[in-house]
Amino acid sequence: MSTDTLVEYGELLTRYEPVIGLETHVELGTASKMFCGCSTTFGAEPNTQTCPVCLGLPGSLPAANAAAIEATIRIGLALGCRIATWSRFARKNYFYPDIPKGFQTSQYDEPLCTAGHLDVEVEGETYRVEIERVHLEEDTGKNLHVGGSTGRIHGADHSLVDYNRAGIPLVEIVTRPIPGAGAKAPEVAKAYVTELREILLALGVSEVRMEQGNLRCDVNTSLAPIGSLEWGTRTETKNVNSLRSVERSVRFEMRRQAAVLDAAERVVQETRHFHEDTGSTSSGRSKEEATDYRYFPEPDLVPIAPDEAWVEELRAGLPELPAARRTRLSDEWGISPTEMAWLVNAGAVELVSDTVAAGASPGDARKWWLGELARRANDAGTDLTELAVTPAQVAELIGLISAGTINDQLARQALDGVLAGEGDPSAVVEARGLAVMGDSDELVAAVDAAIEGNPDVADKVRGGKVQAIGALVGAVMKTTRGKADAATVKRMLEERLISS
Amino acid sequence: MSADLTTTSAADLSRALQAGDLSSAEVTRAYLDRIAADDGELGAYLHVDAEAAVTSAEAVDAARAAGEELGPLAGVPLALKDVVVTAGVPTTSGSRILEGWRPPYDATLAAKLKAAGTVLLGKTNMDEFAMGSSTENSAYQVTRNPWDRDRIPGGSSGGSSAAVAGGLAPWSIGTDTGGSIRQPAALTGLVGHKPTYGSVSRYGLVAFSSSLDQAGPMARTVLDAALLHEAIAGHDAHDSTSIDCPVPVLAEAARRGAEGELAGLTVGVVRELGGEGHTDGYEDGVLDRFSAAVALLESMGAEVREVSCPAFDLALPAYYLIAPSEASSNLARFDGVRYGLRVGDDGSRDLDEVMALTREQGFGPEVKRRIILGTYALSAGYYDAYYGQAQKVRTLITRDFTSAWDDVDVLVSPTSPTVAWSIGARVDDPIAMYAADLCTLPASLAGVPAISVPCGLSEGLPVGFQIMAPALADDRCYRVAAALEAAQDAARGHRLLDELGAKENTAS
Repeated sequence: MSTDTLVEYGELLTRYEPVIGLETHVELGTASKMFCGCSTTFGAEPNTQTCPVCLGLPGSLPAANAAAIEATIRIGLALGCRIATWSRFARKNYFYPDIPKGFQTSQYDEPLCTAGHLDVEVEGETYRVEIERVHLEEDTGKNLHVGGSTGRIHGADHSLVDYNRAGIPLVEIVTRPIPGAGAKAPEVAKAYVTELREILLALGVSEVRMEQGNLRCDVNTSLAPIGSLEWGTRTETKNVNSLRSVERSVRFEMRRQAAVLDAAERVVQETRHFHEDTGSTSSGRSKEEATDYRYFPEPDLVPIAPDEAWVEELRAGLPELPAARRTRLSDEWGISPTEMAWLVNAGAVELVSDTVAAGASPGDARKWWLGELARRANDAGTDLTELAVTPAQVAELIGLISAGTINDQLARQALDGVLAGEGDPSAVVEARGLAVMGDSDELVAAVDAAIEGNPDVADKVRGGKVQAIGALVGAVMKTTRGKADAATVKRMLEERLISS
Repeated sequence: MSADLTTTSAADLSRALQAGDLSSAEVTRAYLDRIAADDGELGAYLHVDAEAAVTSAEAVDAARAAGEELGPLAGVPLALKDVVVTAGVPTTSGSRILEGWRPPYDATLAAKLKAAGTVLLGKTNMDEFAMGSSTENSAYQVTRNPWDRDRIPGGSSGGSSAAVAGGLAPWSIGTDTGGSIRQPAALTGLVGHKPTYGSVSRYGLVAFSSSLDQAGPMARTVLDAALLHEAIAGHDAHDSTSIDCPVPVLAEAARRGAEGELAGLTVGVVRELGGEGHTDGYEDGVLDRFSAAVALLESMGAEVREVSCPAFDLALPAYYLIAPSEASSNLARFDGVRYGLRVGDDGSRDLDEVMALTREQGFGPEVKRRIILGTYALSAGYYDAYYGQAQKVRTLITRDFTSAWDDVDVLVSPTSPTVAWSIGARVDDPIAMYAADLCTLPASLAGVPAISVPCGLSEGLPVGFQIMAPALADDRCYRVAAALEAAQDAARGHRLLDELGAKENTAS
């Protein structure tokens, strides 16, 4: 795909410094759309959740969704923003089939929230990300290009538009440029989105399911020679839709831009597309020929003037935010800030917390999410949250181990089954026959067979070389394909070979 | 009730229907007969469904016969300007780009009128997207002024004005962005009222300029206008700019005004609208009729004083920046993707080309002119100089009104500087066409209510008298207009519109 020249990451850092910035779009989880009463449920038949308003039919008018305004203000408060006392919607004018009115109702110079910040931690170091603005707008419809091989517009035979998504409330959270992250820029970008996601979850304003497009990131990256007084020209990588991709897209852009600069060429200010498969970006529409959006205040909607007392009420009603929660959980779980940071970086705080809530011990929950499950996610190239296993299922798995029903090795097999969609751990253990063998006839037979099959070893044990019993245990485990409990096997062998 | 059904006021029709002296089918057929006979020449209607009209009239008659509780307007026929979205009934807004579109929903005011039991005769012609002052910008047809069929009926609600003045509808709904109810009413001898901005729902009016558009009544008498206005007013959750306040009491104000007692009322004559030093472009006949009407108000006890509103001089340029700016955005949805006209989609052109061709062929020259003007005014680097400045002028105009209300109860002016002009006379001169809105623009920009009521003839053509009042004081417009109407009718011995009937009888 990409024919870009790339510079080694470690090498580029000896010459260049990155500045990043993020624009994050969050679909709010309100029951109805931003300007009409249509449902926002994901996955309905195309164009079944539409009405004259969200189809932009002549004569229709918007009426703002109060729940969406409230959610936006709560997001602003959670990010330490100033809440506007006077805010207006604005029209962003451009032609595209997925915007039914020929403009998107958004906010321009009078957003609901401004000047906030979010602290993120990467490897024990805190980075402050300044938030420029949080504003409210409406989502667009979705184009489906039919007939081409790639699903993209080029080569397509015709295009279909689904307006179910048109008009879903969308909050845009824009950071100020983030300098000074150096080598950690990709991680800081990922940590920011991770933390933002945690906050949105805690607020309950969105499902923030990145795979459903509830949260979408545009990532700005620029490079400048170390020590340069001016920042470099930035590119904007659009629709980066997983935490992992956020990190990868920054890393790729840094490597690509370094090569451009090394060749004494100019980085083009442009929109770029991120490709999940290759981890690369490719050139999209050039910003330099971008349309003039002709913003002006939306005359169909009255200004929003949030009452100060109401805003204070919302502030007082905010839930415990993730940072405070982590401090509390660190204490409860008895772990160090560094250990908590690992959990945060792995995007596993909620998962562990939910697993503990489902009955597992904090230690076991952490061990599983950071160990086996992190390995699985990594192998599959996905985020932990996207694994097809729930915290409740992990807790159940841990419970089965504690009860002695399965051992760690069997638990991994049970996990295979859960991830393959075979059901809850108990069901998988049952269906796959994974339970540890007790003092069963089958196990007695296996023990006896091991002794008979290895007379030399048996004699050594009988002769007092007790440590040789390990070979016999191994033989039994082999014949039972790991289902036996090693300690039980050892005890049974001892009963037979060593006279007490 | 007999042969003169089509000149009877709507209030009288309503009374006769309620008393059982008249059936809705009878009056509906009378109007349909007039439409069939005369609309070929007059060109007031874009769409008439006689069968549907008779069916709904008969349904009202049946309901009345069954003893159902019906509102006062039940069974009275009515025409709607084609800018009003009507479920299942073609709605074009006078444009080719919406040809053939049958909307899936009713405008709030259409739904209210339907619920009130009115009978829809048809949809009336208009300047395309309400952009114009003569109805010559309609993509479909020319509409003629019943007073002189070689002249324009005003615009943009010219189909509505011609229909009501010509006896092809007892009353009608128009919309007014810069004068599109008041000016055609003035030019055809009708009463037309632009309500306070936000007091009649805009939901379902094909938008021209969102911050200015208002729907209102066009009728033969002040009382009729008040009755129709009351039927469409009120808060609507579908329109964010709709004012949440009780429906105003207007018919009562009109009845009280007709008693002719104006003592205690202070009337301000706006110097900048035809007063000393501001008479350029005003016809002498218009100024004479206007002065006579002011004198008549004084004779009824009103105190009259001149008021200066300097910012009104800037209304025309401000309006012609704000309205086209909003229009350029409002009309962006007509891209051929979802409804209406689509041109050039033959598989050889890409999306942008199809959109461009559709808009090229679907919009007329005046609409294109305003889209270009508005697009320019909103462009980066020009916004502050044009749209931004125009909004400041708007604030100044509002301030002029506000300070005037300290001294006077209503402001008055001619509605139009001239009487109806000849068809074709101004089509090549957009600036002359725009100047027709000189007197009506200030009230539009400030969002205050304003009514036009006839004040006599000049060279055999009607002259309109405009009465402006503070926001939400629409009742004052009706009260003063009714007083003027009653006094003139009494002096004349008949209604002004009766002279049109006499003229037609002489002609035939």
